[in-house]
Parts: sequence; C-alpha cells; structure tokens
Amino acid sequence: MFLAFQGAISQGILWGVMVLGVYITYKLLDIADLTVDGSLALGGCVCAVLLVNHGVNPWLALLASTAAGMVAGAVTGALHTLFDIPAILAGILTQISLWSINLRIMGKSNIPLLQTANVFGDISAATGLQQSVVSMLVGIVVAAALIASLYWFFGTEIGSALRATGNNEDMVRALGIDTRMTKLIALTLSNGLVGLAGGLICQSQKYADIGMGTGAIIIGLAAIVIGEVLGQLTPGKLRSFSSRLISAVAGSVVYFLIRAIVLQLGMDANDMKLLSAIIVALALCVPVVTERLRIRRAYAKGGEA
Amino acid sequence: MLTLSNIRKVFNPGTVNEKVALDGLNLHLAPGDFVTVIGGNGAGKSTMLNSIAGVFPIDAGTVTLDGNDVTRLSEPARAKYLGRVFQDPMRGTAADMQIDENLALAARRGERRGLAWGITREEREQYREALSTLGLGLESRLSDKVGLLSGGQRQALTLLMATLKKPDLLLLDEHTAALDPKTAAKVLQLTDEIVNEHQLTTLMVTHNMHDAIRMGNRLIMMSDGRIIYDVSGEEKARLHRADLMAKFEEAAGEELANDRMLLG
Repeated sequence: MFLAFQGAISQGILWGVMVLGVYITYKLLDIADLTVDGSLALGGCVCAVLLVNHGVNPWLALLASTAAGMVAGAVTGALHTLFDIPAILAGILTQISLWSINLRIMGKSNIPLLQTANVFGDISAATGLQQSVVSMLVGIVVAAALIASLYWFFGTEIGSALRATGNNEDMVRALGIDTRMTKLIALTLSNGLVGLAGGLICQSQKYADIGMGTGAIIIGLAAIVIGEVLGQLTPGKLRSFSSRLISAVAGSVVYFLIRAIVLQLGMDANDMKLLSAIIVALALCVPVVTERLRIRRAYAKGGEA
Repeated sequence: MLTLSNIRKVFNPGTVNEKVALDGLNLHLAPGDFVTVIGGNGAGKSTMLNSIAGVFPIDAGTVTLDGNDVTRLSEPARAKYLGRVFQDPMRGTAADMQIDENLALAARRGERRGLAWGITREEREQYREALSTLGLGLESRLSDKVGLLSGGQRQALTLLMATLKKPDLLLLDEHTAALDPKTAAKVLQLTDEIVNEHQLTTLMVTHNMHDAIRMGNRLIMMSDGRIIYDVSGEEKARLHRADLMAKFEEAAGEELANDRMLLG
C-alpha cells in the first residue's frame, strides 16, 4: 500500500514535467495541443533506442528526448502558424504522424530497458538509496529546476510577449510582436518539456512503448485542473505565476495518487482514462454551470424587486 | 509623415458580398497634423486605419510612413511607426497581465525582444509617473491585473501605452465609442493633452461631429472609400455642424447621412 503511494508520487512528479509543458500551451496560449500524446511517446522511444541500441549516456538520452519533442512541437507550430491550420487539427496531424515515426524509430512497439543503465539506477548505485526514492528525488529536482527556469523565461521580454499572445493577439501584433513566432516558440518549448518527460518516464518505468503517450494530454489537463482547485483551496489563492506552475505539478501528483487509490479499490486500470476524461469534463462544465446559475439567480432577484 | 496614394481595398472580391471599401484613396499628413475623420458606416474609415496598420494587405496603392514604403510590411513590422487605440477597450490591453507588464510590453514596441528581464525597476518608476498624469489613481495599482479595470480606465491605459514610446503616427479608431459619455469626455481630454504635449501626428476616427470639429487642426470626411471633404486651419476653426451636415447630404444624395451621424 505504502509502496503503491510512493510510486504514485514519484510517477506524478515525473509526469508533472509533462504537465508543465501542457500548462504553457493550454493555460498561457489557450491551445489544447494534441501533439502531446505523440511527443511524449517520441521522447520515450528516442530515449529507449539511444540507451539500448547505441549505449548513449542516460543524461544525454534525456537531452535527445527533449530535442525530439521540440522538433515535434515546431512541426505543429509551423502547421498552425505558417499554414493557418487550426491548432487542434495541427496537433492531431503531428500526433498521428508520430505514431508511425515512433514505430520506425523503435522498429517494434515496445523496448524494455532491463539491462541498460539509466539515471535513476546510476544515482541509486552511487548513493545507496532505493531506486523509488531516487526516482522521486530526481523528479523533484528536475521539476524545481524547470519551474525556476520557466519562471525566469516568462518574466523576460520574449516570455512576456508570449504570455500576452495568449491574452490578446491584436494588442501583441500592434506592439510589433509577430504572434506566429511567439506561438511557434511556445509549442516548441512545451513539447520539449513533454519529450523530456517521455524520456524520464521511460527510464523510470524501464521500458518504452508505442502507446505510452495515449491520453497524455487528458492526464495533463486533469492535472492542471486539479492543481487549480488545490490553488483555490489554499489561503491566498496562489495567483502568482510560480505558484501556479507548482500547483500544476502538485495536481499531477494528486492525479496519480487518486489513480493509485482507485486501483487499490479494485478499479480496472483501463477505466482510468474514462475517469480522467470525466474529471476534465466536469472541471470544464462546473464554471459554465455556476455562471448560468448566477445569472438566473440575478434575474430572479431582479423580478422580485 | 504619412502618405497614402491610390489605396484600393476590395472585400470579398468576386462574390455577391463584394464591397469596395477604399477606392483610390489619397491622403498626406504633415508632421504634427491632428486629423479627425468622419463619415457614415461603411465609408472606409476603419479600413483606412487598418490599411495603414497593415492588418490586411491592400489591393493597390502605397502606404508611406516617415518616408519609408511600408506597403508590403506585416502588421508587427509596421508597429514601430504606429501607436494604436482600438474601439473595443478589451483589444488594447492584456487582461491577465499586470498594469506595469502591459506598459513594459508597449514601451518595447517595434524593438527586438530578447531574454532580458521584461521590466526593470527604473521603468516601474517611470510608469508610476506617467500613470499619475492620467489622474485615474492607477499609479498606486501597478501590480493589479488589467482585467480588474473599467473600460474607461483600460482605454486610458491603452492610450498611454500607444504613446509611451512616441509613435510617428497615432491611430485612434473610434476609441471612445464604447464608453459612457462622461468617461468618453475624460478619455478625449487625455487624448488632446497627450497629442498636444508630444506634438503627435494623429488620425482620429470619430462618429461624433462635435468632437471632430472641436479637436485637431484638420478634418476629413469620407464616403464610399474616398475623401470627399478636407478642411484645415482657419477654415476648420470656423466650421459648424450645419456645414458638415450639408456636406453629408451632398455626398449621400437621397440616402441621407445615417442615424448615428445625425445623432452625433
């Protein structure tokens, strides 16, 4: 039981890296980027092939996963910005092509990493800590470093322009910023993080699988939604940018904890995607419904007066 | 400062909805000109401003800003010459960002943006000072999200943002039309002050004839994508609403100037 939860927490943190990527597109640019399902698997596949077939250093393999994810994001970005394909469709196109590309990269649908070195095993061997503990610590360090870097980046001139793009494109263009460029950067950066997450997850679970990214975007959205709820439950509402990034990763951890609990309760693992979709759908419905109720109540009051 | 020559713009060409929005438009603005633009709906006022700003490509003609032919430049590439305030107060500012962040974005209009921090401490002081000139109390709310401001406050902020870095040409597209009369008057007064203080070359589209006559040193009237009346200096100072109405009727012929103009 305890082990299951410990595993869920470390899994949640590693997937939290992906959630940070999804946060950039979904919350800052208001794009639900479906590339994510493909680029997460791409990160995993690239990492696995480099480790198993080419004996590359596990850290370098993670860099390669990141780079591969960035390329995937740039393709979606180019389809969307240069050719005006709607963002959702551009993401789907890249995602579908990545399925074939990932199979080509791996040459088969699954690569186990049982005999190869990985970052978690290396550190575990060096420190004598349990691998599950190492996995959690590495996740925390990586996530913290990424949150700090993202906080810095989105405070820079380019980063501010990027945040403004999600807010008001007309204004951004009027201020001399090419919104195609900012969107391209955002999608590239976002999928770079997703690719990195794919590599980390692959090394942590010790295999890469063609289907490892399926539904990743929903996990990402669910984690963001849970994180927002957590943020609102916290006194002070956590509105600052850095705390919103932290709550996105926290949301990911909570998501995997919920998952571990319902699995312990005997739910079929395959039903988890349904549960995730319901969580996201509910989270999207609730504000709309409460707003409608508020308006109806306001009318009723007006009628009484 | 601005020269438009033979600008032509047709929307939906080749369809039943084809509309010649600008039909061989010519206009030249000298530095420091403050031109008010009036005309009925569909006269081409906003299309003219959008053509200058590069929102869409034009079908013929050239746009020259500060001596440079910008006809083929994209909207962001032209931004370094232009300060713009839109009709919709929501379009000029980023709601989820702080007041100072919005100003910092505007202060870098047309400049290359890098990885330097998006806003410096000295800047914040400058913004506090600039905001205090608006007289809206925004100087004490630098870290507030712009979404918390009223429409009038946002429009005043947009005006400040458009002129924070002195533009070669200020484009005001009915920027008070969405505001209540009192707020509109305040924003117009700020417009007058800012334009005069910096001697900005300005094109201001308005539906209010009184404002068009009262403000600026030159007035143009548009109809069917052309300028049909252009008056400046002394002559403009002596202009009355009745004169404009007469011009309108002349231009519009049987279809008298539309309701919104009459209300103005």
